[in-house]
Amino acid sequence: MPEGILCNKNKVTTLEQLQALLADKSGKQYYQEMNALDVDAKALWDLLQKTCKSRIRTWLEICTHCGLCADSCFYYLANGKDPKQVPSYKIQSTLGQIIRRKGQVDNAFMQMAMDTAFSKCTCCTRCGIYCPLGIDTGVMFSYLRGLLFSQGFTPWEMKIGTGMHRIFRAQMDVTTEDWVDTCSWMAEENADDWPGLEIPVDKENADIIYTVNAREPKHYPEDIAQAAILFHVAGENWTVPSEGWEETSLAMFAGDWEACKLQVESVYAAMERLKPKRMVVTECGHAYRATVIEGPYWAGRTSGKPPIESLHYVEWVAEALRTGKLKIDPAKKIKEPVTYQDSCNYIRNGGLWEAARYIMSQIAEDFREMTPSREHNFCCGGGGGLNGIGRYREQRNIGLKVKRDQILATGAKLVVAPCHNCWDAIRDLEEVYEIGIRWSFLKPLLISMLDVPEHLKPAE
Amino acid sequence: MYEFVTGPLAWLAFLVFFFGIIVRVVLYVRGLDWKLDRVTYSVNTSYGVKGALRSVLFWLTPFGTHSWRDNPGFTILVFVLHIGLIFTPVFLLAHNIFLQERWGFSLWSMPDGLADAMTIAVIVSAVLLAMRRIALPEVRIITGAYDYLMLAIAVAPFVTGLIARHAVSHSEPWLIVHVLCGELFLIAIPLTKLSHFVLFFATRAQLGMDYGIKRGGMKSAGINW
Repeated sequence: MPEGILCNKNKVTTLEQLQALLADKSGKQYYQEMNALDVDAKALWDLLQKTCKSRIRTWLEICTHCGLCADSCFYYLANGKDPKQVPSYKIQSTLGQIIRRKGQVDNAFMQMAMDTAFSKCTCCTRCGIYCPLGIDTGVMFSYLRGLLFSQGFTPWEMKIGTGMHRIFRAQMDVTTEDWVDTCSWMAEENADDWPGLEIPVDKENADIIYTVNAREPKHYPEDIAQAAILFHVAGENWTVPSEGWEETSLAMFAGDWEACKLQVESVYAAMERLKPKRMVVTECGHAYRATVIEGPYWAGRTSGKPPIESLHYVEWVAEALRTGKLKIDPAKKIKEPVTYQDSCNYIRNGGLWEAARYIMSQIAEDFREMTPSREHNFCCGGGGGLNGIGRYREQRNIGLKVKRDQILATGAKLVVAPCHNCWDAIRDLEEVYEIGIRWSFLKPLLISMLDVPEHLKPAE
Repeated sequence: MYEFVTGPLAWLAFLVFFFGIIVRVVLYVRGLDWKLDRVTYSVNTSYGVKGALRSVLFWLTPFGTHSWRDNPGFTILVFVLHIGLIFTPVFLLAHNIFLQERWGFSLWSMPDGLADAMTIAVIVSAVLLAMRRIALPEVRIITGAYDYLMLAIAVAPFVTGLIARHAVSHSEPWLIVHVLCGELFLIAIPLTKLSHFVLFFATRAQLGMDYGIKRGGMKSAGINW
């Protein structure tokens, strides 16, 4: 059974394997090896029989092929209504075929299925709320990604990402030491402007345990500082864990369910170790989805919930504004037209649209909804891991057109995007289409308009 | 022949139909897996029930959802077809007279004129839905012979029933064909994708529970279907 050195059915569990993958620029060798990768049809069929039960089988069987899912899919719209982008067609021609053929599919088929599962679906699940029969194609594509991963058919960056989670319990190579150092660096860096500012690590029994996206310590440490400033001003008793601080899950995008479990268990262990009252996660959609919505199931928690009450950042901000812990200076509210990017993961799949609306009502004078919005909003175009996959950059950029047009229609030049993937996608759409917009997380906007109590201001 | 198709064969068809749909629902529910589906079906039940009911009721209401409202023509055809398919045979006077004769009970019957109108509406909707399958590229690409066969099986009892009722002479052969078509329809329901007759409720309830329990139902008023 031919297996490549880099592209194979094995999981990445050692630093050497990971470094070898990283050294293969753009995955050139990896994808070459993929062309020779054998499909273990028996293992594939065994896995299907064990994991593909009545929910998915019934969805595939009773789909009446009405086509109502077509217009719900941003890829279908962005690609000139290409019938090959109809969700029902995409899933029937991939997962549907694998089941009909009892797993007897070849390498070319698996690569086609991988290309479809990653470059024609971001698992945004919008089609599921437009299907009369309640068929959630996004959920099925996520499941298909898991089947493909088990056979070694996953994009190069996904293979790396799952390895990162297995080795570092983070989507990037950020060690415990790196993380703790970054926290103390950020606290020191901002101490002059914010006297008494702390980023308490491993404090027990805090009211809030704060967790992040590894990109923050790796590339955007100021985000951690901003979170600290806002907790500081709000007077929160908070902490970050030295381990179990990372909530994202490239493993979820890849369908590496074992790594998903390892990752969320590290966060749950931190909750159990430090016994905080609540958890708040940074402005990231899929981190919340992975750790708060799906994670409990990977970890086998029968309650379906994390060990403690867990909030997305927008929930905490809305609460802090409502209770007056954070006060906005009315003169500093956003005056220009501003719109809000509803993330699929914590809005459609997390129900948090009202918190987002409340925040916008408090910080903006001219808030403009996108059409459609809330749980009906379109994916930013970069969800499901797509932002990070070089192989599908062109398809990703085409998909961005829908978001571009939605933003243009609002007339707003500023987009609030409290989700790392949405933030990236909107940044990239500006780079590609140059429509003259700016985009922002909530944290810097909030800090710029805070009404800071006198005792927290630096002495002159 | 008439006695056979309306006697033992009718019994067989009803047996397959009722037993079949029960088996389909039981198998569906038994195949649900809280860990694989990632929905705690039996925990947080009140959220699950609320989500399931919302999911079924909004979609049972004409123009009750975004998707129905976005596609008004299709919505009208689908509701006319399904209402006709279900209510016409159950409340048809001729069927109820027959029921009274054979099994000694009957249901309320609709006027024959209304039954005729609903029958014609079913046939017209089915024809238009078939044409839609050909006309729209996004529907054509996912349409296969099986889809037309399903439509044909569903509509055949209505076409043959109309002919049998209005044929001035030689109505008995048509009546036999009509009964056979009806029996084929009944048998096909549990055995084909016409099983959405019951599985519609199952899959809608499942997704409703998914959203109600896990995907935001505990932190919002529920999905605005």
